[in-house]
Amino acid sequence: MDFLRPASWEEALAAKAEHPTAVPIAGGTDVMVEINFDHRRPEYLLDLNRVTDLTEWEVGQDSVRLGASVPYTRVMENLRAELPGLALASHTVASPQIRNRGGVGGNLGTASPAGDAHPALLAAGAEVEVESVRGSRLIPIDDFYTGVKRNALAPDELIRAVHIKKADGPQQYSKVGTRNAMVIAVCAFGLALHPETRTVRTGIGSAAPTPVRAKAAEEFLNAALEEGGFWDNGKIITPSVAKQFADLCAAACNPIDDVRGTASYRRHAVGIMARRTLTWTWESYRGTAARTEGVA
Amino acid sequence: MRVNFTVNGRPQEADDVWEGESLLYVLRERLGLPGSKNACEQGECGSCTVRLDGVPVCSCLVAAGQVEGRDVVTVEGLADFAKQRACGSTCGTPLDEAKQWAAKGQDSQTGEGTELSPIQQAFIDAGAVQCGFCTPGLLVAADEMLERNPNPTDADIREALSGNLCRCTGYEKIMDAVRLAAARQSEGV
Repeated sequence: MDFLRPASWEEALAAKAEHPTAVPIAGGTDVMVEINFDHRRPEYLLDLNRVTDLTEWEVGQDSVRLGASVPYTRVMENLRAELPGLALASHTVASPQIRNRGGVGGNLGTASPAGDAHPALLAAGAEVEVESVRGSRLIPIDDFYTGVKRNALAPDELIRAVHIKKADGPQQYSKVGTRNAMVIAVCAFGLALHPETRTVRTGIGSAAPTPVRAKAAEEFLNAALEEGGFWDNGKIITPSVAKQFADLCAAACNPIDDVRGTASYRRHAVGIMARRTLTWTWESYRGTAARTEGVA
Repeated sequence: MRVNFTVNGRPQEADDVWEGESLLYVLRERLGLPGSKNACEQGECGSCTVRLDGVPVCSCLVAAGQVEGRDVVTVEGLADFAKQRACGSTCGTPLDEAKQWAAKGQDSQTGEGTELSPIQQAFIDAGAVQCGFCTPGLLVAADEMLERNPNPTDADIREALSGNLCRCTGYEKIMDAVRLAAARQSEGV
């Protein structure tokens, strides 16, 4: 095994081009587990800790450009207003020690269906900035996950940053596990209201071969909210609408039975989380709307 | 490969390090610092917790090569680390004292005769140690929390220690110990 220690992003890209089998390591919270357990013996480890730009973020007009190695702890501390869904998801990641090291870039690189960040990214809307010596490109999050632990990266590409849309409405995140800390998701659900476009976006984790959106559920809810004038009148969402939304979210799952839970449990739990997160976000939206009206 | 880094304030050099080796392995097997414990090797248990450039991390998940040039504090250095923090930049060893310095044995078996950090003393006083395996990781994590948050609520303590598993105590005595250390810290004892 060789340990490559590029001092800059350009050096990292050159190293990855020269050794496409090199495994990038940043927080190490996935890669080191595989090495410790002899599940993986990469020819090259490509350490990205010295590439300090990867731990920086910029808040822009419409989106946040989050460096691939920004630890979850930083997201929780600094980006709760801009990225509430991702901040909530970050808080469910493992433990403080892991959140101090791990970041969204690693979650995307590993592309596990159980990665905690994915449902939040899908719900908020995001693009993954990847680069190689051949050039840079932005991959829409909907096209990023291609299979179980597979993503759309070419062998010579590295993840540089994630561009995540700033919240224009309430966002929520929910995760099922056996305890609050140190738990891999049995399943997870992210939901974001986008009042500007009058749309709702979702993300489901650990209940299909890849993280997925419940698109049929989103379309149904978008139409139902529009038809009932809910965005304007701020009324409570009709229970039958919430139930139909929850059922469609459960139907969007394609889960398996495994040690953490059965397929039918996952479907059931996703339905419950969909209804709850919809209620939480909608109550928050109504509250904000009412306050705005009161002031005006 | 060779790795140079600082451990508990002293420059260290580890040779013949395998590229896939963890920081934990280097500390325990190459530098003779077995305080950080090796249990799960997957970041689940927190017994290998150390400070890397001040930040608590699981040393089993840090590749040895990643610590090149960086600063590590282990439980072995916790007492010194806490002492320096307490007296800021003004403290140091006076010249006269330094001149009279001589190497002397430290009773590393029982810790008797060795100065402890406030959090270590609080663990002893509160009876927060049973088999002791999780203790080093808990001490490092708890010490860091008290540095950041001198007046923690119970929820803060639970959150800060949520990555450290103890299978003996049921955590109640550990909670007592951290509350005790916080109280002593705020009283300036």
